[in-house]
Amino acid sequence: MATAEMNRPASALPPGAANVEDDLKAWAAEERRAKWKLMIVRVLLAIVLLTIWEYGTDRWFDALWFSSPLRIARHFMSWVQDDLLSHLVITLRETFIGYTSGTVLGIAFGTLLARFQFVGKVLDPFILALNGIPRIALAPLFIIWFGIGEPSKIVLAGMLSFFLCFYATLSGLRSVDAAYISIARVMGATERQTFFKVVLPAASPWIITAMKVSVPFALVGAIVGEFMAATAGLGFKIQLYTAQFDTTGAVTGVLVLMVVVIMFNTGLNRLEQHVLRWRPDNSVAGGSEVQ
Amino acid sequence: MQALLETDLQIHDREFLTIVGPSGCGKSTLMNLIVGLFPASTGEILYRGHSQTGVNRAIGYVTQADNLYPWRTLRKNIEFPLELRGVPAAQRRERSQHLIQRVGLAGFEESYPHELSGGMRQRANIIRTLAYEPEVILMDEPFGPLDAQTRLILQNQLLELWQEERKTIIFITHDLGEAVALADRVVVMSARPGRIKTIAPVPIPRPRDLFEIHADDRFRETYRALWMSLEEEVKKGAALWQPQK
Repeated sequence: MATAEMNRPASALPPGAANVEDDLKAWAAEERRAKWKLMIVRVLLAIVLLTIWEYGTDRWFDALWFSSPLRIARHFMSWVQDDLLSHLVITLRETFIGYTSGTVLGIAFGTLLARFQFVGKVLDPFILALNGIPRIALAPLFIIWFGIGEPSKIVLAGMLSFFLCFYATLSGLRSVDAAYISIARVMGATERQTFFKVVLPAASPWIITAMKVSVPFALVGAIVGEFMAATAGLGFKIQLYTAQFDTTGAVTGVLVLMVVVIMFNTGLNRLEQHVLRWRPDNSVAGGSEVQ
Repeated sequence: MQALLETDLQIHDREFLTIVGPSGCGKSTLMNLIVGLFPASTGEILYRGHSQTGVNRAIGYVTQADNLYPWRTLRKNIEFPLELRGVPAAQRRERSQHLIQRVGLAGFEESYPHELSGGMRQRANIIRTLAYEPEVILMDEPFGPLDAQTRLILQNQLLELWQEERKTIIFITHDLGEAVALADRVVVMSARPGRIKTIAPVPIPRPRDLFEIHADDRFRETYRALWMSLEEEVKKGAALWQPQK
């Protein structure tokens, strides 16, 4: 009886297929070929675009505006031997410390407000008002409050992660299906067990998604802080290059950041897919991972 | 809005009681009252002679929607109530494995609910409640959303499980055939506000073969007698659905 309900891929095969295994192999080979084809076309497109950029520089447009791939590559090589790594480490450190404290505090506060409903209701309009502030606009104030060193960037990165995680945790915990909670109580769950074994896991997709989205936001916070006023960091270097009309340097910095964000996102999407594998719809939703 | 009127019902130990009534007659309200998920506005629920306040942990509740936790595998769902009671892992495993095999779900222990069919999820829902052995189990149209064949198979399995575990089962349904086939006694409820209209014993010996029971004369007689009682209420219930000004 159970076998009648198993999801066998039988329907995908032609009726009366003499050798199912051969068909499956052919199908797998077809898939592989399609994947390779896609990859090759993508690489070709990248080469074409880079060639146009390189060829067009100083023919169709001035190198001052966009620099050129070869210049950027040369600059990157010399920058790596100079101080790229130390600036990158500073930016990543600010991002990491800000992100960690921001998400931890955001999840903690969101949980508290969801747990103590009265306090939560009292604070609702205030939270709404706070949410209305374009948070990046606070960056200059943070420079005044916390100085031009790393702390102001950490606070900025932390604040962006905090609010994302705070709202997601609060909404996630508030939107847990009441039936899940009733059924747990009927089965004998204590308040504590209900919270840790039912409410928290039910809200976990919200929280985990917020934690994922917070990573690039924290990086943006650190970079914007460095743009404002700083003595070190990738954002500071990009700002410095721009001020000197060194487009090559600025674009190199931006590309380094791009690579960092892509690496983060790829790792985080993998992690999210693993942690939330129980969800019926665990396709890469809103992720920027390119396979 | 009053959902229930003068509901007086004595439930025997280890019996299989089914409650039928027209849609919206307060069957689910009665269930929620018995479990203690919300308090009665008047009157009281006595459980073994004692007045009951709050959730009654001696009663298991199988809902129509399976309410399996989507983040837990089948096995972890079945073991959930045992986890709450601090049962050691080895014992949990043994109990869940026995029940999983009993209802033919072996091989799907590590599947998540979304990977299972409706019938499989409902079986898991039922054995999750059986796992911690509550004295009384309420079932609120557990087979409602299933197709006819799956229903028949699950009804048969339920009777076998009940014979093995000997729990008191209160089973709500709107399907009179199902009510008669499963029950020791059938309770017919009136249209809203719900009231108990008829209580009738089902004189069919056990074990019953549900695949053949519809041809049994005793089944047909009981069915006909109860249908006369229910028909009137169904019509009254339908009248309530007329467009209102």
